[in-house]
Amino acid sequence: MTQKYLIPLAAVFLLFLVAYTGAGAGLGWFFGIVVPYLAIIAFLVGFVIKVMGWAASAVPFKIPTTCGQQKSLPWIKQNRIDNPDTTLGVFLRMLLEIFTFRSLFRNTKAAFNRNASKRIIYSWEIFLWVGALAFHYAFLVVLLRHFRFFTAPVPQVIQFLEALDGIVQVGLPGLFLSGVILAAATLFLLARRMYDAKVRYISQASDYFPLFLILGIAATGISMRYFTKVDVTGIKEMTMGLVTFSPVIPDGIGGLFYAHLFLVSILFAYFPASKLMHLGGVFLSPTRNTANDTRAKRHVNPWNYDVPIHTYQDYEDHFRDKMIEAGLPVDKKE
Amino acid sequence: MADELTPDELLDKIDYGADSGNWMDTTKSVQIRPGMYCYAAKAESVETLGLPNARPWNPVEEDWKLPDDWQQILHEGIKVRLERFRTFKIFMDVCVRCGACADKCHFFLGTGDPKNMPVLRAELLRSVYRNDFTTAGKILQNIPGGQRLGGNRPLTIDVLKEMWYYFFQCTECRRCSVFCPYGIDTAEITIMARELFNLIGLNIDWIATPVSNCYQTGNHLGIQPHAFKDMLEFFVEDLEDITGVDCTPNFQKKGADILFITPSGDVFADPGTYTCQGYLILFKYLKDKYGLDVTWSTYASEGGNFGFFTSHETMKRLNAKMYAEAKRLGVKWILGGECGHMWRVIHQYMDTMNGPADFLEVPVNPITGTRFDNAASTKMVHITEFTADLIKHGKLELDKGRNANRIMTFHDSCNPARGMGLLDEPRYVIKSVCDNFYEMPPNTIRENTFCCGSGSGLNAGENMELRMAGALPRATALKHVHEKYGVNTLGTICAIDRAALTTLCEYWVPDVEVAGVHELVGNALILPGEKERTEDLRMEPLPGCEEEE
Repeated sequence: MTQKYLIPLAAVFLLFLVAYTGAGAGLGWFFGIVVPYLAIIAFLVGFVIKVMGWAASAVPFKIPTTCGQQKSLPWIKQNRIDNPDTTLGVFLRMLLEIFTFRSLFRNTKAAFNRNASKRIIYSWEIFLWVGALAFHYAFLVVLLRHFRFFTAPVPQVIQFLEALDGIVQVGLPGLFLSGVILAAATLFLLARRMYDAKVRYISQASDYFPLFLILGIAATGISMRYFTKVDVTGIKEMTMGLVTFSPVIPDGIGGLFYAHLFLVSILFAYFPASKLMHLGGVFLSPTRNTANDTRAKRHVNPWNYDVPIHTYQDYEDHFRDKMIEAGLPVDKKE
Repeated sequence: MADELTPDELLDKIDYGADSGNWMDTTKSVQIRPGMYCYAAKAESVETLGLPNARPWNPVEEDWKLPDDWQQILHEGIKVRLERFRTFKIFMDVCVRCGACADKCHFFLGTGDPKNMPVLRAELLRSVYRNDFTTAGKILQNIPGGQRLGGNRPLTIDVLKEMWYYFFQCTECRRCSVFCPYGIDTAEITIMARELFNLIGLNIDWIATPVSNCYQTGNHLGIQPHAFKDMLEFFVEDLEDITGVDCTPNFQKKGADILFITPSGDVFADPGTYTCQGYLILFKYLKDKYGLDVTWSTYASEGGNFGFFTSHETMKRLNAKMYAEAKRLGVKWILGGECGHMWRVIHQYMDTMNGPADFLEVPVNPITGTRFDNAASTKMVHITEFTADLIKHGKLELDKGRNANRIMTFHDSCNPARGMGLLDEPRYVIKSVCDNFYEMPPNTIRENTFCCGSGSGLNAGENMELRMAGALPRATALKHVHEKYGVNTLGTICAIDRAALTTLCEYWVPDVEVAGVHELVGNALILPGEKERTEDLRMEPLPGCEEEE
C-alpha cells in the first residue's frame, strides 16, 4: 500500500538529484535546453492528440445530467443554469463549473451514526472545494508570474499580478502569497489522500506522483527565491534564449535551478498522458456541456443504424385469433 | 435474502471506513454471494432477440461457458465504444480520483463495500482500459511491477467476474454524476459495461426475460393482448363500484387524439394498479367533459424499456414500437404515464434513435390550448406535465378532501430528476389534490434524490439484501419525515418505485404506503354523473366515511 506513495516520492527525489548533479557535471545544455524543448513539444503534441482523440469520438446522444427544474410549462420556474435548454445556459453552467468548481461545491459527507439513531447523517463538506480552488488558482498565478522570465519588457499585467500577489509586503524579497498557498493546498490534497480511508483506498501512484512533483517544484522555487538566492539575471538570459530560439547557457546558475526546471519539464511532458488532462476533458464532458432540449430539438446520432424490430404486423399475425375473440380491433380479419 | 437479515443486522454491517490494502488484490476473493446478485439470463430469452451466446449458465459456478475468444470480443467491444461514445472515452481518461462521488452512492451507503464507491466501480473497467488502450499502460506492461504501479490490469476471468458482480450493483441513478467536477456519469459507464457483458451472453434474467417478453408480446410481463384488455376491464368494474361511472378505455383506436403508453407494471402490480385506475378516471373525465379521445394499445403496452439496461441497440428495438404504433393509429401525439427510466429513454434517446416523428403534431392540449414546446420534436408529453397544465387552467374539478387521510411526501425518481429535470410538475399535482405535503431533507430530494435501490433491472427477488441495503438512504429520509410530520404516504412517479418502495417501506418504515401521483388524482377528480363516493381507489373508506366502531 505504502508503495503507492513511496515510489512516486522516491521518483521525484531521484529526478531532482539527476538534474542537480547532472547540471553540476557539465550537462547544463541538456537540462537547460534539450529537456525543456522536448517537454514543451511532448506537452503540446500530447495535449492536441488527446483532445483530438476525444473530439473524434461521436456524441450519439445528448445526455446532460440535469441538476434542477426543466423547462416545461411557462408558469413553472426553470433552473436555467443547472438545467439549461439554451446555449447561453450551457455556457454559464460551464463557466461556473470551470471557474468555480460548482459541482464540487455541492459536496457532502456521509457518516453512519451507529450509537444514537443508527442513521446516516450528512454534513456539508467544503474543504475539498476550498483546497481544490486554492490549489488551482495559486498554480495559475504562479504560472502567470513566471511569464516575467519569458518576456522583455515584462507586460504591465504581469507586473500588476506580481504586485497583487506580493500585497502582504512581508520580507525581502517580498513574499508571494501564491507560492505559499500552492504549497499548503498541495500538502492538504496529499494529506487527504493519505489519511482519508476512502480516498487512500482509491488512490493510485499516478495520483501521488503529480502532487509530489508539484511540491518539488514549489519547494525548489521557494528555496531559490527566499533562501539560497540565485543569479536571476543569468536565468532570465537563459529563459529568454529559450523563447527566442537562440538558447544560451550562462555560467553560475546553479544546480537548484536546473532541478527546478527539470521537474517542471517532467510535469509538462507527463501531463498529456495522465489524469491531469482533466484540464481539457472538463470542457468536453457531454453530461455538462450539452443542453437539455432533446424533446424540443432532435439530436442526430451520426452512427444511428437500422435495427430489426417486432412490427405490429408480426404481432397481429401472432395473436390475431385471440385479439378477435377479445374484441380488439385488427387490421386483417384472416 | 433480506428475509434472513433483519434491518438491525443489515445496519450492523455498515462501515464506511474502507479497507486497507490494494483493491486490486481482492479481485480473486470476490465472492458472488446470494442476496447480492441476480440469476443468469435464461437461454430462450436471450434467443428471442438473437443476442449472442444464449446458453444456461450460473454466476456462482466456476465455468461461465464463455466463448473461447471472449477477451478478444470484449477488447473489440471496448474499442468500438470508445469511438462511438465521447462520454465513455472522456470518462475513462479524466477521473482524478478526488473521491467526491465516494459516499454519494446508495449502494455504498447501504453496504459500506468500498467497491460500491462510484469511482472504484468505474476503476474496475478503467484499470483494464489503462492497461490495454493507453500508451502508458502498454509501456508499464513491460516493466516489472509496472502494472501494479499504474493501477492497470489485464482482463482476466477474475476481473470479468468482479466487474459483472459490481456493474449489477449499480442502478444507473446518476447521483454521483451530480457531484463529479467533470460530470463523470457512472450510469454511462455501467451502461457500457452491461453492453459489453451482453456481447458474451452475461445478462441477468430479470432484464433478459422482460426484454424478450416486451419484444414478442408487447410488454415486460408478457401479458397477451386479450389478457391486457381483461385486466383493464377488471379495473373498470372496480371503478364502476367505486364511482358508479363506466370508465371503459379505447384500445388501438385509429384516429384517436392521443396514444397513451405507461409501464405494464401499472396494469399488473399493486399499488401501480391504483395509479392505472387514476389514468382511467382522468381519461373518462376528459372524454365526457371535453371530448378528448385517448387510446391505449396492447402492441405498445409497455412504457418501460429494459432494453436500456441491455444495450443501446436493444433499447432502440423495444422503443421503436411507440412511434410505429402512433403512426399506425394516426394519433396527434403521445402521452406517457408515470415511469422513471421510460422517461429517460423518451426524453434523451427516443427522438434520436427512432425519430424524426414528423407524422405527429407538436403536442397541444386542446382543452387549455397549451402548446408543449418543450416536446415539439419528440411529440411525447409526461402525464404530470399534462395534468399540471389542466389543473393550472382550472379544467379539473377536484375534491381534495378525499385525500385528506394522506400525509404526503414525494420521492423524486432518479431518471426524471437527473435525466430530465421533472421536479415541480408532480409536486404541483400532488399539492393540488392533497393538502398535506412535507418534503424530505433537501439533500435527499430533487437532483440529490436517492434511488429506491432497485432500479435498472435490479428489482428481482433473489438480490433482496442488495436492494434493501441500497434502499437505506431513501428509507432514512422517509423515516425522518414519518416521525417528524406523521407522513404516511410516499408519492412517486415511477412504476419500479411503486413496487420497490413498497418493499422498502415494509422492511424499513412499515407504517408508510406508496402511491402514484395519479392515484391521488383519481381519488380527487369528480367525474360527471358519479355517485357519492365512500371508498378510495384501494376500496378503503374515504376520510369521513369510516364505519362507526
